[in-house]
Amino acid sequence: MILALLRRDLGQFFPFTGSGAALPVVFFVAVAMLFPFAVGPDANLLAKTGGGVVWIAALLAAILPLEKLVARDIALGFFDQLKLRGLAEEAMMAVRLLAHWLSFGPPLLIATFPAAALLKIEGETFDILLLGLLAGTPGLAAIGLMIAALTASLRAGAALSGLLLIPLALPILIFGAGALARQDPVSLGFVGAISLGLLAIAPFAAGAAIRAAREN
Amino acid sequence: MQAPSPFLAAENLACRRGQRLLFRRLSFRLEAGAACHVTGANGAGKTTLIRALAGLATPYAGQVRSAGSLGLLDERTGLDPDLPLGRALAFWEQVDGCTSPHGAITILGLAPLLEVPVRFLSTGQKKRAALAALLNRGVPIWLLDEPLSGLDAETIAKVTALIRLHVGGGGIALIASHQALDVPGMTSFAIEDFAPAPEEDDA
Repeated sequence: MILALLRRDLGQFFPFTGSGAALPVVFFVAVAMLFPFAVGPDANLLAKTGGGVVWIAALLAAILPLEKLVARDIALGFFDQLKLRGLAEEAMMAVRLLAHWLSFGPPLLIATFPAAALLKIEGETFDILLLGLLAGTPGLAAIGLMIAALTASLRAGAALSGLLLIPLALPILIFGAGALARQDPVSLGFVGAISLGLLAIAPFAAGAAIRAAREN
Repeated sequence: MQAPSPFLAAENLACRRGQRLLFRRLSFRLEAGAACHVTGANGAGKTTLIRALAGLATPYAGQVRSAGSLGLLDERTGLDPDLPLGRALAFWEQVDGCTSPHGAITILGLAPLLEVPVRFLSTGQKKRAALAALLNRGVPIWLLDEPLSGLDAETIAKVTALIRLHVGGGGIALIASHQALDVPGMTSFAIEDFAPAPEEDDA
């Protein structure tokens, strides 16, 4: 059942299979492309600030899929039907978290290559950026899932989820982008630790949230 | 699941929606082969009762007991709107481990619709698709919330026959509907009979 569910969730959210699911990645590259136009083609300036821009673009791209992540399946009665088949909400949300990250993390990492080329990010800086995104995107996915589940029963949920994600994602951004500024891969350990902590609590928090949403 | 004999029972059940008590002191017990028709006006609490029985809503008081798997049919089909019907149904067949789904699909006249995305289906067609998914689960207890709404006369006769067949084969069906149903031996109660009297205190 879990495998079938994962395959179905991936079909919903993976770029180019689901409806409009490629948007976050396109958005991510678009931001990286716009930035040199805005600040000018000074390679030094771009290399110095580009890493931060990539991080901000990743954070904003993480907001885009939230609207459809949970609310749609609640309205569809999808989680109700799974619950009747004896699946716990926590398991549904753990699968959803994995599918959400797979459909947004790895494509973003691949898109980092063209984005970094546009922003003149090279050498060690690029390695730190890529490692940082690898460590940070699971955390972003976990925050996104929790927020999507919490706001699923609210009418203005979609608009609210973007606002909620930004402050919660700050620690990841600070350590992730900070590692770039100081050329210090060690603080990526903090990014990984934050991500792991978030991954551990997200299925439970999101599971409790959709249980509560069902009651009204 | 090899439960010896399925049953579904409510004991002194009370449910509310928001601050309003919908019904209280509702008790019944359905054994294998029993069908029960719940009637009531819109908003009387039929859907709330079904969701409480399905374990999807917490009763305000009392408890629900059951043996055997529950199947729920309500206005939300659980079928992906973007997928063609065949693939949307195939997901649930896979989850339920159903190897021969074609019988239900043919009986309900869904075969010509399998390539159509679920969002283009009419209300009645969606209901038939949800019924096919329920049939393919092969569960002993059916909770049907307005199974006949949106269906044409021919399909209503088919659905009634399916309920009869299910009950006749030792299944349990609890049907919430304001339409008449022709199932032999079916008991029925009106949910309004369990509504609190106006002067009765909420507690």
